[in-house]
Amino acid sequence: MLRFITRRLIQFIPVFFGVTLILFLMTTVLGDPIRLRFGERAANPEVYQQLRHDQGFDQPWYKQYADYIVKLAHGDLGVSVRTGRPVSDILKETYPYTMRLAFAAIIVEIFVGVGAGIISAVKKYSIWDVLVTLSTSILVAMPVFWLGMLLQIFFGILMKKWTNGAFYLPISGAESAQFGPIAHLILPAITLASVSTAYAARIMRSQLLEVLGQDYIRTAHAKGLSGGRVLYGHAMKNAMIPVVTFIGLDLGAMLAGAILTETVFNWPGVGYTIYLAIRALDYPIVFGGTVVILFAVMIVNLLVDISYAFLDPRIRYGGASE
Amino acid sequence: MSKMSDDKKDRDFAEERQIESIIGAEGAEVGHDHEPTSGGVTPGGRSVSEPAIASRTLWGDAWYRLRKNKLAVVALFWIALVIFCAVTADLWVPQLFGDPSEINSVTAMQTKLQSPSLVHPMGTDDFGRDIFGRVIYGARISLSVGILAVGFTVIIGLILGAFSGFYGRGTDAIIMRVADVFLAFPYILFAILLLAVIPQEARTTIWPVVFTIGFLGWPSIARVFRSSILSVKQNDYVDAGRALGANDARLMLRHIMPNAIAPIVVYATMSVGGAILTEAALSFLGIGVQPPTITWGRMIEEGRSFITSNPMLVFWPGLAILTTVLAFTLLGDGVRDALDVKMKD
Repeated sequence: MLRFITRRLIQFIPVFFGVTLILFLMTTVLGDPIRLRFGERAANPEVYQQLRHDQGFDQPWYKQYADYIVKLAHGDLGVSVRTGRPVSDILKETYPYTMRLAFAAIIVEIFVGVGAGIISAVKKYSIWDVLVTLSTSILVAMPVFWLGMLLQIFFGILMKKWTNGAFYLPISGAESAQFGPIAHLILPAITLASVSTAYAARIMRSQLLEVLGQDYIRTAHAKGLSGGRVLYGHAMKNAMIPVVTFIGLDLGAMLAGAILTETVFNWPGVGYTIYLAIRALDYPIVFGGTVVILFAVMIVNLLVDISYAFLDPRIRYGGASE
Repeated sequence: MSKMSDDKKDRDFAEERQIESIIGAEGAEVGHDHEPTSGGVTPGGRSVSEPAIASRTLWGDAWYRLRKNKLAVVALFWIALVIFCAVTADLWVPQLFGDPSEINSVTAMQTKLQSPSLVHPMGTDDFGRDIFGRVIYGARISLSVGILAVGFTVIIGLILGAFSGFYGRGTDAIIMRVADVFLAFPYILFAILLLAVIPQEARTTIWPVVFTIGFLGWPSIARVFRSSILSVKQNDYVDAGRALGANDARLMLRHIMPNAIAPIVVYATMSVGGAILTEAALSFLGIGVQPPTITWGRMIEEGRSFITSNPMLVFWPGLAILTTVLAFTLLGDGVRDALDVKMKD
């Protein structure tokens, strides 16, 4: 087990340096940081050269890269062009919102996705199965932000109209006195969870169908166990492993992919902050936010990889011959 | 699926093909619309079977099977329709529905935000422009970005995948580690970063978006192609080719490639939908193809301000994205079944 974890950590090193190198190249070499940071004000060649020198951009690239890593390690992500606030402060405020949304979405994914997958596998080819298959195909092909708006239109606007304002859901993530924090979470969480829920349902279905066809399940039936016992006591244990991995990896993706959902619902998380920064051409926030999300994703993925080994004893043996 | 039902399917398939070769070319032509078996034998149709019908090639068979898949045919038809509308848009959209980009400030007050009617099938937007016309023009961007980006991805992915799978060892290790780095990046964020460093003026054409989406997709294609090559490479005919003195390029292009390409065709078809979704998302975030080009993503973004009063502004372009992406997914599924490629979900 320890060997497996060590090997995973060692594999993580080149990915870490690759990712930081790409980020470094994009922030300093490809995108001229002076131009991005100071815009037209840097147009005067003398000022421009002075700025380049002050910021250390006339140094050789490897030295700049080393500086970049050191800065990252100190949590220095630069300063917002518009407000002059440190980017790390801005992200510290917004990240809890992103995490809250991601966890809410994971809960939706676990219950709805796994549940739908089980139903459609157990009642294979029934109307439920067809319904699940159909809706997963549509969900996957749907732009996330559009789904968010459809939910806003239906649950926020039309429901309000039909019930004369008696029952509807808030369409904005900004907290209000009228609704509790949970009500504000519902639509964004469903939206963020949509695509992953569809995939989770598909994986659950195919895994469960595969497991249900195996000999030990027939044996369990033959021993006279009830259908429920066979399903939950025997089949689910094995069928869940890939689903759990998928959901785990998804948590990472959700911490990142929330940019569209957060934008639709004006949810004050990192994604929405990045969106606003794109609009305001505030690039330090865009790059800083991306760095933070990237590290969150990489760490979550690493943890999922490691926990996979705990879940499935077989992986420890198979691991050596990867 | 059990072995037996597979065998049975193959037998059925052989029978049906025989029937079709009896029907002949005419029958095959209408085969798009209804099953050849139910079409009956036309009296004059007992011609010599066309080579295309009696095809024994992988692609001929696959095309035959694809045509029998109703969902795939509907998807193909829809894609063809959208492409046709997009290509011919200049010939009929402005004449019938008015210039989709022009803002006529004189009439805009009267014509804005109209409900759907015969003149404006999807109504008008906040500047009095016809939404249907704008959706048609938006299709141009979505389709060209989708198809070109995937084309670009396939080129990079094939080259790198080929090197990786064919040479193995060090080459393989380096390429696959780089692929890991790319896959570690959340897709949309990586695209945003790449586009953010491109000056805004340069982003009024579709190319930055095409190259960004295309560039980011290569690791998946490279991996699929690599594993495909690894399995093909072990065949005896490859060794035989090598023994006969064929060089690497010839082995790769003549012997391995044709047998390893099927998964790529499937994957590429499915990827077009994904590329269209990404393009829409980037446009929605305001970092995709810049105005005045009409894109579906930005139509949705612009319609957001009217979501309470006129939700249809958001609805139509989204429906266009959904149906087009769905069509590519279904076509991809159909191609996968037709080529009998086994893929992990």
